[in-house]
Amino acid sequence: MIETFADRIRDAAARGAPLCLRGGGSKDFYGNAPRGEPLDTRAYAGIVSYEPTELVVTARCGTSLSDLEKILQEKNQFLPFEPPHFGEATLGGCVAAGLSGPRRPSAGALRDFLLGVRIIDGRGRVLSFGGQVMKNVAGYDVSRVLAGSLGTLGLIAEASLKVLPLPAVEATLRLAADEAQALDLMNAWAAQPLSVSASAWHGGELTVRLSGAAAAVRAAAQKIGGEAADGAFWAVLREQKHPFFAGAEPLWRLAVPSAAAPLSLSGRQLIDWGGAQRWLKTAAPAASVREAAAHAGGHATLFRSAGERGAAFTPLDPVLLRLHRDLKKAFDPAGIFNPGRLVDGI
Amino acid sequence: MGAALPARQREVAAALRAFLPARAVLHEEEDTRPYECDGLTAYRQLPMVVALPETLEQVQRVLQTCLAMKIPVVPRGAGTGLSGGALPPGDGVLLSMAKFMRVLRVDPRARVAVVQPGVRNAAISEAAAPHGLFYAPDPSSQIACTIGGNVAENSGGVHCLKYGLTLHNVLRVRGFTIAGEPVDFGSEALDAPGYDLLALIIGSEGLLAVATEVTVKLLPEPQCARVIMASFDDVEKAGAAVAAIISAGLVPAGLEMMDKPATRAVEEFVGAGYDLEAAAILLCEADGTSEEVEDEIARMKAVLGGAGASRMTVSRDEAERLRFWSGRKAAFPAVGRISPDYYCMDGTIPRKRLGEVLNFIAAMEKKYGLRCPNVFHAGDGNLHPLILFDANNADELHRTELFAGEVLEKCIAVGGTITGEHGVGVEKIDQMCVQFRPEELELFQAVKRAFDPQGLLNPGKAVPTLARCAEFGRMRVAGGKLPHPELPRF
Repeated sequence: MIETFADRIRDAAARGAPLCLRGGGSKDFYGNAPRGEPLDTRAYAGIVSYEPTELVVTARCGTSLSDLEKILQEKNQFLPFEPPHFGEATLGGCVAAGLSGPRRPSAGALRDFLLGVRIIDGRGRVLSFGGQVMKNVAGYDVSRVLAGSLGTLGLIAEASLKVLPLPAVEATLRLAADEAQALDLMNAWAAQPLSVSASAWHGGELTVRLSGAAAAVRAAAQKIGGEAADGAFWAVLREQKHPFFAGAEPLWRLAVPSAAAPLSLSGRQLIDWGGAQRWLKTAAPAASVREAAAHAGGHATLFRSAGERGAAFTPLDPVLLRLHRDLKKAFDPAGIFNPGRLVDGI
Repeated sequence: MGAALPARQREVAAALRAFLPARAVLHEEEDTRPYECDGLTAYRQLPMVVALPETLEQVQRVLQTCLAMKIPVVPRGAGTGLSGGALPPGDGVLLSMAKFMRVLRVDPRARVAVVQPGVRNAAISEAAAPHGLFYAPDPSSQIACTIGGNVAENSGGVHCLKYGLTLHNVLRVRGFTIAGEPVDFGSEALDAPGYDLLALIIGSEGLLAVATEVTVKLLPEPQCARVIMASFDDVEKAGAAVAAIISAGLVPAGLEMMDKPATRAVEEFVGAGYDLEAAAILLCEADGTSEEVEDEIARMKAVLGGAGASRMTVSRDEAERLRFWSGRKAAFPAVGRISPDYYCMDGTIPRKRLGEVLNFIAAMEKKYGLRCPNVFHAGDGNLHPLILFDANNADELHRTELFAGEVLEKCIAVGGTITGEHGVGVEKIDQMCVQFRPEELELFQAVKRAFDPQGLLNPGKAVPTLARCAEFGRMRVAGGKLPHPELPRF
């Protein structure tokens, strides 16, 4: 199967014909508009190795993310970065999109758990980087650059991820708070050893999740207070099934320092990641949203839009743009992989 | 990297003195001698010139000057690295970042610290301590090593199983390209647009850019911590106990192993109270709230007992906990006392292959007639075998190199890596030819060219040329097969 992919890639490179690398298509909406001949990665599926005592799983790109999570759960383990699925997601697409869920600020992002990859580059060469061990500093950390590259650097054929044991106990609590109070509380909790594994605010309600040993969760719950709430909230939030995400206005994702002051932008807002990820449903002009995010020390992504797709990501400064161009050339000299999906012209 | 011509040296020193004070440009041998090596003293080279800039503009101009004159430039922090990553260029400039030692900002609300690259690792936690916060990565050299060097090497420490490496604890690296262009990798948010270049910069051994400012994450200090010292009469049993801990769903704050030769060396040195009869001891730490720690210690004791621990002692107070750790943290100097020289290796292996690899090391001890105590970040699978030798004995030095090479290649063979946290530097550059195929090395070089087209930043380190691999392969033809048959031989 890898050879079939490699042949297609070599052929496309020879013709200079763009390829749209695609798994389940669950994130077609994300990034700049996809273009090129589709290359479906789903046929290359399955677990390559899973050693629960090594805390590492290696699987092929077409493996269904749900199946992978089920297999881990049978051994009482999980993907701590809680990746969103947004449909029939595959592992390859999950790594290429690089998205992480509500546990991200406490556990880390997808890239933090990515130990190694096997890729096919733009010359059709099968290359391996990183590995299956926790600590590995031999050579540049190419694997992690693939995370979030939206398939623009190579076809991610296999990925090795660090996994962790499921927390012994989890509890979800809900408190009334306005936006400023919520940001204060989320930042204050994160500065204390309270086992907070997620916190989010919307519409006057602050929801917090505690994870860890039973005694620790109990002690933290007492300190935090509030009412017990349904833990299913977090999967609903992660999958953007929360009512906040409904409606026709464009959805913006603002990544800012968690302690950034409330943003003064029109529209509705949902705060996740303890303050570090602010979702905004707004019809405000892109320039003003990006300006507000930059002013707060972060950046803004047009995450979903119903109408014509504008540029998804914050433009790079000239030095970074040049580095992106030259890196792209190193991986994909013919420029055939998902052109323009992440950065215009790359 | 041969010695420079005096005329060239004068020319470069003069170019740097155009914008640096005389005291910040060293080229007399008595001044440059202290910079001839880093923590890997087996490799030495006098730098042509040492530059000690004090302002960002000066750093920028050093880089611009080097680029214009096509001179290699090697950045250096405290010079504690163990792979020769800061070995100076004999024909270039050693760029010391030692003057950049200010903590610029500690923000307790956002839980970040912004520091200059010459700030010592331990100094970050010291600055954060009044707020109940700390910087998690704690390499054993933390009282001396700098954050700039930690970024270059992606340093770990004894607590990285739970808290991660430098990579997991840095938000932004600000610096200059070789052309002196200012650039930010990452941001104070949890991500940045475009490719994750921050991940590429961290662990790049100073080959891609020069860091001038680092923003690190601070974590809340755990309320308390306790450590179990468990004895085993067999190293394989101790290895199995490590796997048992993980499969029980426990993630210890630290999980370290030392074999008998290592504990004996340490005990004479620091008196940590180790069990000298045990074939191996494990140090297994729990941290967090007091409730969490009690709960975890009880579960860890049950698992270790079930895995055949012959003796277990739990630290009763902070003083005892620190005493148990003092031995592990002093392992390298302790070994330094029982041998004129020692050579510290740094391979990582899948934990399940531990018994096999330790037996292999024992066989190598016999084969080469050299002793080799082992300390091991067991939780991460990161081995530090310490080969004891006498550098004044040329044959012992030679046998040590062969011994180390065989162990590193064994690490690759069992699915591991030649370096877990010390970096490739000059030390393991030949083993890179074994771990990676030519196409993969080519991609690394293409990445390097994207940042540094002329190859002036820290040349000759971390990534070998294919010509070098061909040369190395010729020296070690195994089974009549050349590892890179497609390459021309010369």
